[in-house]
Amino acid sequence: MGFKSFCFKKSLWLFHFGGASCNNCDIEILDCLTPRYDVERFGMLLVGSVRHADVLLVNGSINKKDKPRLLEIYEQAPKPVLVVAIGACGCTGGIFAEGDTFAGPVDKIIPVDAYIPGCPPKPEAILAGVVKLMGKN
Amino acid sequence: MGKQTLIPVGPYHPLQEEPELFKLYCDGEIVKDIKWETGYNHRGIEKLAEKKSYDEVFFLVERICGICSTSHPFAFANAVEEIVGEEIPDRAKYIRTIIGELERLHSHLLWVGLAGHFLGYNTVFMWAWKYREPVLDLFEMITGNRNSYAMFKVGGVRRDIENHTIPSIEKVLALVKKKTDMLVGAVMDDPVIHARTKGVGVLSKQDILDYAAVGPTARASGVNIDVRRDDPYAAYPLVNWKVITAEAGDVFAKAQVRLLEMYESISIIEQCLTGLKKEKEGETEVKIKHIPVGYGTGHAEAPRGEVFHFVVSDGSNSPARHKIRAPSYTNIATFKKSCVGQTISDATISLAAVDPCYCCTERLAVALDRSSGQRIMNAKEIIRHSAELTNKLLQHE
Amino acid sequence: MVLEELKKTFSKDILATETRNERRVTLQIDPAALLPISDHLFKELGFRFIIASALHTKRGFEIYYHFSYDHSGLILNLHVLLDQTKPEIESLSNMFNASNWIEREMHELFGINFLNHPNQEQLLSEGNWAMGEYPYRKSFKSNGEA
Repeated sequence: MGFKSFCFKKSLWLFHFGGASCNNCDIEILDCLTPRYDVERFGMLLVGSVRHADVLLVNGSINKKDKPRLLEIYEQAPKPVLVVAIGACGCTGGIFAEGDTFAGPVDKIIPVDAYIPGCPPKPEAILAGVVKLMGKN
Repeated sequence: MGKQTLIPVGPYHPLQEEPELFKLYCDGEIVKDIKWETGYNHRGIEKLAEKKSYDEVFFLVERICGICSTSHPFAFANAVEEIVGEEIPDRAKYIRTIIGELERLHSHLLWVGLAGHFLGYNTVFMWAWKYREPVLDLFEMITGNRNSYAMFKVGGVRRDIENHTIPSIEKVLALVKKKTDMLVGAVMDDPVIHARTKGVGVLSKQDILDYAAVGPTARASGVNIDVRRDDPYAAYPLVNWKVITAEAGDVFAKAQVRLLEMYESISIIEQCLTGLKKEKEGETEVKIKHIPVGYGTGHAEAPRGEVFHFVVSDGSNSPARHKIRAPSYTNIATFKKSCVGQTISDATISLAAVDPCYCCTERLAVALDRSSGQRIMNAKEIIRHSAELTNKLLQHE
Repeated sequence: MVLEELKKTFSKDILATETRNERRVTLQIDPAALLPISDHLFKELGFRFIIASALHTKRGFEIYYHFSYDHSGLILNLHVLLDQTKPEIESLSNMFNASNWIEREMHELFGINFLNHPNQEQLLSEGNWAMGEYPYRKSFKSNGEA
C-alpha cells in the first residue's frame, strides 16, 4: 500500500474552513458531531489547527479577502492532505458566483479531491462523501 | 498601561463557524478594548439582487444566513407586498408563521448548544443539537429540506401544508416540547451556569437604546420590543402569545428570554395548525403579475431580532434597489459595551450571547498586548480556558 | 399625533410628505435639517433608528433614514437628496452609536461623505475592493439612463 493509503487508513482529523457562506453547510458539518450522526465513532475529529489535520473541509463561496487566507491554510497543512469542497458554493460558487467579490470556486484556488454538492448537503451526504474518499485512498 | 496580550479569535476556527476577526485588547486577563475586522463574508448580495427577478431573489435572500433562512424571505415578502398593496390568504399567513416559528425553535436550540460549548459544557451542546433534529425533520417533512426552505413567494407560499399531515406534525411538536422542558430545567437551574452567566456581559437599557439593538438582546435588558406585536404581520394577530422580557441584561437573562420564547413558539405553531384545519386547502397565494413602481419597507422578527428589507421598484421584473439589514448588524456593535472590562473567558460567552450571525451581518477574537509584543492564545486554548473555569466551579459544588 | 407634532415643529424643513397608511410615512427633508429632526425623534419622541438605505439615481445620491416608533408600529422614513458630484451630509453617529457602521458602509459603497463621523474608516472593503472604488455607484448616460 502506498504512503498516502497508509496515512489515510483510519481516524481522519478534519479541519474546517468556512469561506463567505450562509453558514448552512457549516452547521451541517457541525451536525456530524452530534449524537444522531456522531462522526466521532469513526475516530474523526474536528481539530483547531490545520497543522494537525488530514482533511481540509472547505465550504462557502470564497471572496477576495478569503482567498489569500485559504492559500495560507493550504500551505500550512502537512502533506498529504485531502481537500473536500462542500456545498454548492464550495463546488461552483453557487448562487454567489455572480457576486462582485467572488474569487473562487475552491478548485480554482487549491486542488480538490472530492466534491460534496448540496445546499446544504445533509450530514449523511457529507459522511458518505468522506467515507468514499477514504475508500478511494 | 501594563502588558496586554493578543488572543486571536478568528478568522477561521471552530469557536465560531463563520470567519471573523475579533481583536480583544487585554491587560492580563481583563479585556480592555475590542476591535472587529470584517469583510470575510461579504458576497455583494444587495447588488446581486438587482440582477435577479423578484421570484429568484427569494432563493438569494434565503441564503444570506442559514439560520435565519426564513426571516429574510419573510421581510422581503412583506416589503414587496407593501409595494403591491395586496393581502395574502389566511392559509398562507398561517403557513408562513409556522415556518417562521419553527425556525425560531431550531435557532434557539442551536444557540443553547453553542453557548454550552463555549462554556465548556459539551453535554449541553450535544443535547441541544440532538433535540434540534426533530425540528429539522419537521422542516424536511413540510418543505423538503432541513435548511433553506424555498417556501415564500410574492403573494403567498410555494407549498401547502396538507391537513392530513397535521397530526404527525403535532406529534413531533409534542416531543420537542418535552425535550425543551428537560433542557430548560437543566440549564436554568444549574448553579455553575448561574455562576458563569449571571452578571456577565451586561448591557444596560441605555446601551440598548444607544446602539438600537433588537431581539432577545434588547428584551433581556428590559426593552420591550418585538416586531410581531408592534407591527403585526402574517398570522401573529390571529393567535395568542406573549413577548418575553427580562431585566438583568446579562448572559443569563438573554438565555432565559430565548428559552422561554421557545414555549411561545410551540404554542403559536399549535394554534396555527388548528387555524389551518379551518381554512380551505390549496388557497396558498394570491396571484401577482406585476410589481408597480414604488418602494416598500418590510420587517420581520427573526430569532436574533428585527430583520429589515427596503425594496425600490422601477416597474421592471427586478428590484432597482434592495437594502438588507440583519439584526446582528446592530447587535454585534454592542460588544464594545458587553465585553470590555470582562475576563477573556467571560468575553467569549458575552460574544456568543447576542447570538451573532456574521453571515447575516456581512455577508471572529484576538487578545493583543498593547505595550510589548504579542502572546497568542489560539482558538482551542481559548475554549479550554473557558472550560477550565467551568471545571473549577464544578469542583466546588 | 406624534407625526402632527413633528410636522408642526419642523414645517419649514419638510419638503414633501408621502403617507401610504398610518404606519408607513415618508418625509422628504432638507439635508441640513437631518440632525435636528433625528435628534428630536430619538431624544424627545423615543423613535428607534433601524438603518439607512442609500441609492444612486439620476437625481443624485438619495438616502432613506428608517426610524421605527415601536409603540404604534410606525415606520417613518426621512428621505434626503444629495448632490450628484459631491454627496455629503452630517453624520448621526455623534448622537448615538446605532448609525456608526452603516454610515461607514455607505461611504465605502457609494462614496458619500459623512461629516464629523467619529471614525469613517473601512468596514468591509479591505481586500475586497480598492480604496476610492465605490462599487454601488452607477454610471448614467447623458440622457439619464443607467
